[in-house]
This record gives sequence, C-alpha cells and structure tokens, in this order.
Amino acid sequence: MCLAVPAKIVELQGTDAVVEIEGVRRKANVFFIEEPKVGDYVVLHAGFAIRKWTEDDVAEYRRIVSAMLDAAEGRRSGGAPWISEGA
Amino acid sequence: MEVCGTHTMAAFRTGLRSLLPQNVRLLSGPGCPVCVTTDDYLDRAIAIAGRAGVTVATFGDMLRVPGTVSSLEKARAAGADVRVVYSPLDALAEARRSPDRELVFLGIGFETTAPAVAWTLRQAAEEGLQNYSVLCGHKTMPRAMAALLAGGEVHIDGFVCPGHVSAIIGAAAYDFISRDFGVPCVVAGFEAADIAAAIEMLLRQLVEGRAEVEIEYSRCVGREGNERALAAMAEVFEECDAEWRGLGTVPSSGLRIKMEYRAHDAAHRYEGLTLPPSQKASGCRCGDVLRGAITPLECPLFGVRCTPATPVGACMVSQEGACAAFHRFGSRAREKSSRREADASIQTL
Repeated sequence: MCLAVPAKIVELQGTDAVVEIEGVRRKANVFFIEEPKVGDYVVLHAGFAIRKWTEDDVAEYRRIVSAMLDAAEGRRSGGAPWISEGA
Repeated sequence: MEVCGTHTMAAFRTGLRSLLPQNVRLLSGPGCPVCVTTDDYLDRAIAIAGRAGVTVATFGDMLRVPGTVSSLEKARAAGADVRVVYSPLDALAEARRSPDRELVFLGIGFETTAPAVAWTLRQAAEEGLQNYSVLCGHKTMPRAMAALLAGGEVHIDGFVCPGHVSAIIGAAAYDFISRDFGVPCVVAGFEAADIAAAIEMLLRQLVEGRAEVEIEYSRCVGREGNERALAAMAEVFEECDAEWRGLGTVPSSGLRIKMEYRAHDAAHRYEGLTLPPSQKASGCRCGDVLRGAITPLECPLFGVRCTPATPVGACMVSQEGACAAFHRFGSRAREKSSRREADASIQTL
C-alpha cells in the first residue's frame, strides 16, 4: 500500500496539479512539495506528491527499470542476466 | 527483515528471493498496514458502514479483510454503502458532492499515507465540511521495529527499511534502532536492483561489524524527512499507543486525531457502537507471520482452509500480505530453488 510512482507535473494551479504517468494524466495534490513547477518529476502516493525528483533521480530510475526490462528479455530468450550495468 | 509489504511482494514478484544464497534469509515484517489492522478496528468500520446515511470510503485492500464475524465486502453485499477509493482526496470530494450523507474514510496506513489523510482533515475543517470524518487507525513504523527487537522472539540481523515511509520521516528516524539494538538498517527502493543493493549493504555492515542507518534509495529518501508532510501530520495527529495484529500494544506507535479536529474523528462521532465479542480465528497464525516468527508455509491453514479465494487471515487478503505473496509466488520460488539444486548437481557430476 506504500507503493508510489514517479510522475511529471504537466499542469499546476496552486496545490492542484495534473501529472502524467507513462502517458496517463491524473489529478494530484502537490502541497507537500517545496516550490513545485510544471516539468518537475514527483513521486506520487495516494494522490499526493511526496517527493520531488531531480533529473539525476529520474535518470537513475530509468536505468534501473531499463536494466530490469533487459533482464526480463534475456530470460525470455533463454539467457539469465537479471541485473545489468546501471542497476 | 524487509519491513514493508511492498518490498515483500517485490522480492517475490521479481524472483529475488529465489536467487538469494541459503545463508541469506528474507523475513517478512509487520509493514503491511491492512494486515496489522486489528479486528476491533474492522468491526468498528463495519458497524459504522451499517448505519443509515453513512458512506464508508476505503482503500481496496481493506474490503475483504475478515473482522470478527463479517467484512466490509459482506457489509456492502448486505446493503451498506462501502466505496473503494484511490486517495483520501476522492473521499473528500465525495463528501462535498453528497452533503446529505456522512462520509467516513478509513484512515489506515503508515507515515506514507498519514500526511495525505491529515491534509483532508485540515481541509474539511477549513471548509466547514461537517459530513467528512476519518476512522483513524494510522500506525508508525520505527517503534514497531524496535518492539520486534525488544521482544527477542526473532533474531533479526538487519532491516530493509521501508522506502516511502522513509521519504516522509527521513532515514534519521531509524538511528535509535541501530544505536540501541546494534542492528543495521538500510532504506531501500522497490525495484529488484534496489532491494538487492540494500541486502548487499546490510551484509557489508555485518561483515565489517557496523550497525548504521544507510540509504540505498537516495533518489527518494534523505536523512531528514518531508518537513511539509511531517508538519501536516503534527497539526492533525498526536502520538498514541497502538494495537497491532501480531505485536499487541506497542507504545507510541500509533496516531490519533487531536482534540481540535474531534468533529472529524469518526471514533468520537460514532461512540457506543455495538461490536461483536472478540474471538480469534481458529488456527490462524497471521500474528506469528507478522512478527517473522514463522513463515506462512508453517501455518496449518495455509493453502488448505486459507487461500486468496477463501482467506481466513488478513495476511492472505492484502496484496502485500506475506501469506498472499507466498501463495502466489511461493511454489514458483520452490520450483526455481529445486531447479538450481538440480543444475548444481549436474555441474558437480
């Protein structure tokens, strides 16, 4: 239940934001974020942004997810590399 | 021990558990909020849902958890207005839309969720929204971790600390655990690589004889927490002793709604409910599972009387419950383990 996902702020009015997650847009509350701006990446839990991510954080997340997807592809084709560089 | 239910599920789903060497064992802890919620809380929620003019809004995981004699799902089938929401914001919006009904949100969850609920309570007070209240069952994690260690029942070499709880409270909140109990703590993210890295960091501390709080999930967690979220919690909630399924009463491990917000406290608004006399589900060992004292496989009901389709205990209901995770992924993990052993035998030959 403590799952949270990274999302990008695409619209902002006060503490009400519209965020985009993998192409899907939904409303979110950014009250807990210091100086939120359109274009910021935030981590979303139960409709609230709980943490702002830097570009480096986003890049790290993408590296990890990409490595996991590569590993999954590897498993499907009979290989076994479940962690690759960047992870 | 991985404290957080989301870690439990991630470690199973990604196959990480089956890849660990035999001398590294992951114990599932009490970090599934639905699982540690007591029958008493559920019975109150069900009794409130049965009142005329009341709508109960809840996270979906709570719906099928059995109380003493019923569940929210059964109450809904019997005519109660019980709705599943993604966010307490949805519950607040429903209260605005339906001024003729009383909207009760079931406030369960740890420090990740409590600030969101605090925000809605403050907003309801500001708007004068008299028909919105919260049945508060929020709990806080570090004291429960300390209670497990103090109990001494289970030997824990290190904690994989919950990532998003820590985004709110900050990693420094675990300092007393490492200092007072000499147990390493590493705050981890939720991808398999995060959890693997956290286990490696814990092992390195053990090998080097250190007991510190370290952060693997640095993209989301710092030493200090989210000040704005902590301030919202502090404004609305105050610390209290809390009853945990499996752990009993843990001092200072819960949150209750402050007197200033009492008008929005469902426990106050619906006093004098008639509740069923408490009774334990026969044979259910959720409590032992939540303390890490046994694995779900050691429960006599597991997979026999207690399955995801016919759950006896909360840990089989919640998607993040250890029993549900073992049931869903356990056979695959055992299969992989057997295959690895077979491969090793072949290589030896």
